Amino acid sequence: MRHPLRARLANVGHVNTTTITPSPPVMAARPVAAALAAARQYVGRWGLIVALLALPVYYGINDLVSGYQAAVVAGHPVIHHDLSKLGFNFAEGLSDGAIWALIAIGYTLVYGIIELINFAHGDVFMIGSFTAVGMWSVLGLSLTTSMLGVIGGLIVALIISMLTTGTLNVLIEKVAYKPLRSAPKVAPLITAIGCSFILQNVGLLWRGGSQQSVNDLLGSQDVVFTVAGVPILRGYLLAWAVTIPLVFGLSWFISRTRPGKAMRATAQDPEAARLMGINVNSTISLTFLLGGMLAGAAGLVYAVYETQVWYFQGFRAGLFAFTAAVMGGIGNVRGAVLGGLIIGVIQSLSDERIGPQWTEAIVFAYLIAIMVLRPKGLLGEETREAG
Amino acid sequence: MTELRAQLSEWQAAAERVLPRWWTKALAGVLVLIGVALPFITGSQSGFLNGTIVAIAYAVMALGLNVVVGMAGLLDLGYVAFYAFGAYCAGWFGSGFFFGLHVHVGVAPTLSHAIGIHLNIVLILLAAVVICAVAGVIIGLPTLRLRGDYIAIVTLAFGEIIGVLAVNGQSIHVGGGMTLTAGNLGISAIDQPWFPGVGSFSLLDLRPWYWLIFAILLIVLFVNVRVRDSRLGRAWVALREDEVAAVSMGIPLVKTKLMAYAIGAAFGGMSGAFIGAYNTQVNAGQFQFGFSVFIVAMVVVGGIGSIWGALAGGLLLGYINNYLIPDVLNDLPSRFGLHFQLSSVSFGIFGFLLVLVMVVRPQGLFPERRRTLEMTGEVAALDAELGAEPEAGNAI
Repeated sequence: MRHPLRARLANVGHVNTTTITPSPPVMAARPVAAALAAARQYVGRWGLIVALLALPVYYGINDLVSGYQAAVVAGHPVIHHDLSKLGFNFAEGLSDGAIWALIAIGYTLVYGIIELINFAHGDVFMIGSFTAVGMWSVLGLSLTTSMLGVIGGLIVALIISMLTTGTLNVLIEKVAYKPLRSAPKVAPLITAIGCSFILQNVGLLWRGGSQQSVNDLLGSQDVVFTVAGVPILRGYLLAWAVTIPLVFGLSWFISRTRPGKAMRATAQDPEAARLMGINVNSTISLTFLLGGMLAGAAGLVYAVYETQVWYFQGFRAGLFAFTAAVMGGIGNVRGAVLGGLIIGVIQSLSDERIGPQWTEAIVFAYLIAIMVLRPKGLLGEETREAG
Repeated sequence: MTELRAQLSEWQAAAERVLPRWWTKALAGVLVLIGVALPFITGSQSGFLNGTIVAIAYAVMALGLNVVVGMAGLLDLGYVAFYAFGAYCAGWFGSGFFFGLHVHVGVAPTLSHAIGIHLNIVLILLAAVVICAVAGVIIGLPTLRLRGDYIAIVTLAFGEIIGVLAVNGQSIHVGGGMTLTAGNLGISAIDQPWFPGVGSFSLLDLRPWYWLIFAILLIVLFVNVRVRDSRLGRAWVALREDEVAAVSMGIPLVKTKLMAYAIGAAFGGMSGAFIGAYNTQVNAGQFQFGFSVFIVAMVVVGGIGSIWGALAGGLLLGYINNYLIPDVLNDLPSRFGLHFQLSSVSFGIFGFLLVLVMVVRPQGLFPERRRTLEMTGEVAALDAELGAEPEAGNAI
């Protein structure tokens, strides 16, 4: 099931096939230049992987050699020399990352098909969170509701917030991106930023300007079981239980169904797809619908898992998820999931060991490192933009 | 529409026949005189003059960003970084913040024994120009191989990193017990500018501040116009239009792009240093992504690539943000029975303006001729072409 949604030209007609191919190194004439080119290729292949492994390897060795304080018993710190703290970071990171992965898929699908960074996507996710939380009070979910009632209510809230965000995303596409499909690429990017700010202010008016706590319906911090000293919390299970079926369902949809095939065809070459009788406009709308629905699901998981919502959560989430999509290779669904999980782990390591106030800077530093070292991402192919 | 345009150009030609050849220069001179005389009309303390000062400072930033986004076509979403560097220049080199040092160059006699670094405002502006130009080159380097929205993302990431550094700068020690920034507490009590013969500025009389920023604006405008019409300006346009063709014609890619980043950043730094001194404090919380978008909105509303558009867009949005929304229209929602103040959703309003301008008039209010063709000519041609395509009946 290899389906990199390789993007071609979104602006039909405005054909501008300026692919820069790296000039082949002139071996005999300039040995120094050849050596440099070889070094650059080597760095391009391994640099990003080394950079990604740096944090976990460093802290793993650190934990094993100098140990970490696991608890304080009778005033004395208990020092452990094992990897279970690292394992805890990974478990937490993989569940945070599951949320980023859902959002990142939306970025990657849209970028794959119309080569646009849908800046408003993070804020669509925020609206998804707000809708889900709003649905709880409509459905009367509270801390006293029985477990079965909570699960049933959450499923209803999930469906409604997915439908809301999906529709919202399609609307944004119709109003802000579709009229500009043949304009220079900076134009839709700017309207995307505009939409992002509009949605943020909608959120601001909806639930106020500060972080709002919501009911911890599932008891997301309760330990369900422990694997090799790593506690697995309910919140993690929820994130995985929502993400894994959705990702597999989406993969199946893109690779096996007719609309999925139309999406891949449009991503490859919109003009040729249209000549083959594919309705390009409705295919693009479908892409926005799917991306928006995944963002809505992520919004619900985020609200249950973090037990707080904020109008500004979408900005950070959007940038993290975009970094994830680029890291995996933009246009590539599996890459987006991989990137989301990696970003989650980086975030969790940084939150716990460096300090949460630095996390954003570290994730963005990774974003720049990807751009410098390997713009095509881990699983991606060369794109026109990044190549 | 075309008839109207033809009529207009006819009138313009008629007017040019009547007027002497130096009339544009005369017009510019008159405008500058009006600009210089403005504070005598408004009074030295009015809210309007305050709004004007900030609006001009924003217009200077818009002119700087226009070099990067408009002329060179590199969408920079991290422009707030240069605002931050400029403002911190005012904080570092014009207050008692670095309390371990005693440096005084050309400051008011009352400050000549104060602790910290105290430089004359001109030196602070120059320092901001140099530091921001270097920072612009550093930020530009990783984007050289990239294009389009990837540049936007890398610059955005840089801007956010600078913002995080500013907030957390309290925990970065630079020796002697001093820290890099004061975080959200802010570096405060920045020196009032002082000139020999004029004395210290004060916030009780805003006119000297106005003339200072007006002078900065004139310098920036002059540099902008001269650069646009130079070899460098033409190289930017060439790179923007077709990078491969431009490079094969012998335009040095690295140098040309980095010059755009450096010049744009330098203007932003100048304006940032002025705003820092004018606010008398530098607070890390003000360096948010929203500010970058605010400046981008000025350039877009005015007309991407057009100097006069950037000036007009900067003044317009500056007035809207600092005068119209907080002073005039703030209670508008409550008149309709809504419980919020208009100033709390100002960024939503700018977002709406961005979408509106891009969809309705993508070339902006005062477009540059070449950009107009790019933004509308092709669009119209394509619309005609795509209009023939049947909408229904070709389902998947």
